Amino acid sequence: MSFRISSTPIDPDELKRRLPDAHAGACVTFEGWVRDHNEGDAVNALEYEAHEPIAVAEGTKILAEAAQRFDIVAAYGEHRVGRLEIGDCAVWVGVSAAHRGAAFDACRYIIDEIKHRVPIWKKEHYRGGAAGWVNCATGASGTRRDSEAAETQ
Amino acid sequence: MASDAVIDVTARYFAAFREQAGTDAERVTTGAATAGDLYGELAERHGFADARGRCKVAINDELSDWTAPLKHGDVVLFFPPVAGG
Repeated sequence: MSFRISSTPIDPDELKRRLPDAHAGACVTFEGWVRDHNEGDAVNALEYEAHEPIAVAEGTKILAEAAQRFDIVAAYGEHRVGRLEIGDCAVWVGVSAAHRGAAFDACRYIIDEIKHRVPIWKKEHYRGGAAGWVNCATGASGTRRDSEAAETQ
Repeated sequence: MASDAVIDVTARYFAAFREQAGTDAERVTTGAATAGDLYGELAERHGFADARGRCKVAINDELSDWTAPLKHGDVVLFFPPVAGG
């Protein structure tokens, strides 16, 4: 169980290789990708920032919670920081378990909690040059204020 | 400790807060007794518009509560609403 912040591209195949176990009969992975629009705005690129020590501690805590709540074998999570282009993988979560139910439930729990709790921020760069921090009312450079959470998935 | 004691702390800002404050950290001399009081003071100074309940605070690299008391020398990290994923 570990959670990592990465400034280099996420490699889903490499991460998935960390999961197999003789006890596991199921593997569920989730990839969050950068898409080209959010709430009607055309998005050119995203910039992610994290406070790494607390992001890693909180992410690791979430994985441990998932292991307590669901009958899983292994879980791993990784989130990108830096500038990402359309189609890049921003976040990866993988869970293995004896049976699929626990693997699906744990994977969903982990990605939902990451989005709500881990100190990671997302700045959207819009076509036309404006930029804005998602979810934030603060900050003068955005075109929207206090919008609902933008999602990569 | 009396709540009217004046202390020096370091405030650190991230993402939208950093851009709004124009700096990633500053030394603050304050009478604020709690992290929440300090947020109120700094939000007014820098124009932070996010409700405290949507933000998070860490003291000396540990996530904390807005009601946590501050002491001289603390490093207080202000996190605007998060948006991972």
